[in-house]
Amino acid sequence: MSADTAPRAAAAPRTAKGGKGPRYARTGYLFVAPFMVAFTAMFLVPLAYAAWFSLFREQMIGGNVFVGLDNYTRAFTDPRLIQGLGRVGLFFLIQVPLMMALALFFALALDTALLRLSRTIRLAIFMPYAVPSVVAALMWGFLYGPDFGPLAQLAERIGATAPDFLGADLMLGSIANIVTWEFTGYNMILLYAALRAIPTELYEAASVDGAGPWRTAWSIKIPLLRPAIVLCMVFSVIGSFQLFNEPSIMRTLAPNVIVADYTPNLYAYNLAFVGQEYNYAAAVSFVLGFVIMAGSYVFMLATNRRSRS
Amino acid sequence: MNPRFRRRTGLGAALAAPLAFAACARPPVDPPEHVSEAEIAAAMRTPTELNFWTWVPGIEKQVALFEEAYPDVKVDVVNAAQGAGHYAKIRTALRAGRGAPDVAQVEYQLIPSFSITNHLLDLRPYGAGELEDQFVDWVWAQVTGPGGEVWAIPQDTGPMGMLYRADLFEAHGIEVPETWDAFADAARTLHAADPEAYLTNFPPSQGPYFAGALWQAGADPFGGSEGPDLHVDVTSADAKRVTDYWAGLVAEGVVSTDPDFSDQWYQAANRGKYATWLTAAWGPVFLQSTAASTSGKWRAAPLPQWEPGAQAAGNWGGSTSAVFNQTAHPIQAAVFAQFINTDPECTKAMATEQFLFPPTKALLEDPEFTGLELEFYGGQRVNEVFAQISETVSPDFQWSPFQDQVYADYGATVGTAVAEGADTDAALAAWQDRITEYARLQGFTVVGNEEGS
Repeated sequence: MSADTAPRAAAAPRTAKGGKGPRYARTGYLFVAPFMVAFTAMFLVPLAYAAWFSLFREQMIGGNVFVGLDNYTRAFTDPRLIQGLGRVGLFFLIQVPLMMALALFFALALDTALLRLSRTIRLAIFMPYAVPSVVAALMWGFLYGPDFGPLAQLAERIGATAPDFLGADLMLGSIANIVTWEFTGYNMILLYAALRAIPTELYEAASVDGAGPWRTAWSIKIPLLRPAIVLCMVFSVIGSFQLFNEPSIMRTLAPNVIVADYTPNLYAYNLAFVGQEYNYAAAVSFVLGFVIMAGSYVFMLATNRRSRS
Repeated sequence: MNPRFRRRTGLGAALAAPLAFAACARPPVDPPEHVSEAEIAAAMRTPTELNFWTWVPGIEKQVALFEEAYPDVKVDVVNAAQGAGHYAKIRTALRAGRGAPDVAQVEYQLIPSFSITNHLLDLRPYGAGELEDQFVDWVWAQVTGPGGEVWAIPQDTGPMGMLYRADLFEAHGIEVPETWDAFADAARTLHAADPEAYLTNFPPSQGPYFAGALWQAGADPFGGSEGPDLHVDVTSADAKRVTDYWAGLVAEGVVSTDPDFSDQWYQAANRGKYATWLTAAWGPVFLQSTAASTSGKWRAAPLPQWEPGAQAAGNWGGSTSAVFNQTAHPIQAAVFAQFINTDPECTKAMATEQFLFPPTKALLEDPEFTGLELEFYGGQRVNEVFAQISETVSPDFQWSPFQDQVYADYGATVGTAVAEGADTDAALAAWQDRITEYARLQGFTVVGNEEGS
């Protein structure tokens, strides 16, 4: 707030003296300077360095060689990267709609104010988000345990066999479950906050027109939530394609299911720290960044076009 | 889901790690032909501070003994990380040209990855050449280069043997198997009698264990490699024998495939799911502390053999003290590396207090070491068993200069195939291909097996 008001206060006397734009602008730059310095040093410079770095290849034999775009050519034809992208793409298609539907349902339910203990329920749904994702993955990993995990033990008690949560077939679903558990509450809070911002006159108008709660939700609330939903979806595109913590922790439990290239981010990490292919890891990171940018852009374009038609 | 941005941490670190500023780099030491005793004595009287990176618990004891012998040299012990993190930090410092330790803990399997990039100090001129007779042959072979260089001083080893549950063996009438055929029969017998129990567990992504298994079978996939010429042959008949054997037992369902050192595995070991653990000489003491509830039920024996009557074993684990050639104090660092691993008091403490399995002939013959009776093993002299196994490890086994990558590729190809009980021929070929591709990208000239790849 103070950063916002200060320049105006400083500008006022100068306008009186007939001072003009340039000095005013300079003061403005002064105020954004701390951010710009940090942004340049911590974001732009490393990014530029990584881009430059991705044009080389450091070999054990032969040292550092300039290879131009070779690392990118390799990345675009690397079946291990493409497979990883396909996997997180599938994850996005299945997990995100499910999580968003749940988040929307909870947000609408809480917004009706018909629920008793609504604050407690809101907190309970939001709580998993406060658990660090590494801890969450460890906890779920324990629950999924094949012989001695609580779920397996429970199944045994009732004479059944628990499915192999950590097997190749179910692993992606098991991770999707963890991520849903972690982030439904977060999305719910975003949607709930957007719902609170809807002017109450609209509801009054709707009830005057004879709309019940279901009709209000469908025809008023959901359409007005569209911007918030799109925002959540864009975050989810990014989150899904950058999946790292959960598979990285689950890898210790099922190293042959979650291989080094299970997700693109895990792949980049392993390229850098196991194979010491830092240059190629940088190129893979950039390719992943482009895919996410393109994905988010296409998504926003699609939703905008639909809302216009 | 803004916070999921946190997942980018790995990526940020990946980009930041290689920031190397060559301008501040210290030129590597060019070791002289010979360093005289007078020069060594003078250096050891010069006040010096050495940086020593290690994860060995209780190493302060050996450091104290060294500082007592050489009061002018102070050693700063740093536990930077364990395993992969330890090496990643060392590599980053070496690339930057400063901040690397003078001396560090380096496993045998990682020595070539540092010698290929010319980061290790040849310890021969500092008196290490004369130490050969003190160490077991196969261990000495592990620390020497093709030109006779001494890249590191051995500290501990892990010749492989078999720990077994004597009570389960007795209950099911199983004799201690001396051949792998007998072991397979025992696996079938046990699992048929008790469907919850398995004779052993094959850890499907434990590369170093599998390397030990190859070693015992006589496979030497990287044997003959020198400098930029890399021999790669993981599809040899010896290697196929090992993978076919284990994949077969897994397909029959008589061997389990849990990842080792996981929660599941610890629980299973405690509850008697596995009747044996095929492990290394550091295994007995480790098991004692992690499966305490099974005390008194275990015994140790040599590994089953591929050829009846043969005596062969591989090695799994163990490490050395290596000196990096960016050190400013090569003499002091070299003397320190030698002292803590050869001084009688130091090595005895390592073997009998820190339970590191010794590589020196003197200790392996020392009755105080071999005669130790362990309660957990029903009073058996376990050290004696492993001391005898140590004599049967072949000196012909060479590591690749990028063993971490080899293990990662193993887990994704052969490890997975064995765990699924699938055909391992294709998996071995895929492993060979991955290693070859990686090696070529790293600038090696790959000499493959006859079939090529």
